[in-house]
Amino acid sequence: MGEEEVGQKRQKAVVLVLRAAAFLATAAATIVMALNKETRTFVVATVGTTPVTASITAKFQQTPANVFFVIANAMASNHNLMMIGSDLLGLDYRGFKLPLVAILDMLNAALLSAGVHGAAFMAQLAKNGNSHARWNEICDKFQGYCNRGGIAILASYVGLLVTLGITVVSIVKLLKPKPQPQPLASEIEVP
Amino acid sequence: MASSHEKGSIFGAISYEAKYSDTPAFKYFVIANVVVTIYGFLVLFLPSESQLWRLVLVFDLVLTMLLVSSISAALAIAQVGKKGNSHAGWLPVCNQIPKYCSQTTAALVAGFVGLVVYFLLVCYSIHRDLDPFLVRKN
Repeated sequence: MGEEEVGQKRQKAVVLVLRAAAFLATAAATIVMALNKETRTFVVATVGTTPVTASITAKFQQTPANVFFVIANAMASNHNLMMIGSDLLGLDYRGFKLPLVAILDMLNAALLSAGVHGAAFMAQLAKNGNSHARWNEICDKFQGYCNRGGIAILASYVGLLVTLGITVVSIVKLLKPKPQPQPLASEIEVP
Repeated sequence: MASSHEKGSIFGAISYEAKYSDTPAFKYFVIANVVVTIYGFLVLFLPSESQLWRLVLVFDLVLTMLLVSSISAALAIAQVGKKGNSHAGWLPVCNQIPKYCSQTTAALVAGFVGLVVYFLLVCYSIHRDLDPFLVRKN
């Protein structure tokens, strides 16, 4: 029994480390994208000798895909935090915990995937523009905004990979059959 | 989506042509759905006693996530095309190419229906093979 317990403890430790890594990655992505804001002043026209300036702000709220990115990563990091908390506190919902954790982890992975891909393609549009639709690129004017957005997307991708690993581990835990309690020697009736 | 192709003109002077391959997001959407279609077609021919059904379950999960990501990406770009983004100076282009826009919308809806079907498929497979609710006694 000692080896099995050591194996279980090691598995628990591995899952805890993976969840901590996913939480840190998604939390970092959320924070970096949520604080993403850049203001630039441009010279629009020149009246006589005084230049007329206009300041334009690039915020993450202006793009719905980025808003969804922030919300999805916030929910994912919250989920991982809850799971870490329940693992450390040893909460158990009468045997329903294993399938619940697996299903929630899968939903988490799908949500993260959707969020990161929407934001990634919007970032690609902002960086390259689209000549067919006459949409100009904006990254040459707002480099700081684009860089921070790129870092947030990268962190979320790392979180997505780690979440995939966690999902695999949770599903594998479902595959293991529950150990049946062996009857005690004194309970076996000899006819 | 792959057959959405329209030629229009603004004021008869500027000629406009919109194809799905103009946008990387739509290309990704088409490629992801093609991959999932081919995979689904191949799985139809798998004999039911084969041991590969566990692998099919894993692939179903991965491809569901691929579908989710492709719909999210295409939807993000389609939303910009329909509503524009005034902060970035991107004008909506759906007024010039209405047929292309409606065909793209139909393709996105079909993709979403496919995603829902795959999600139900994965749920059913997990319920049958992995027994998450511990229905079986042995």
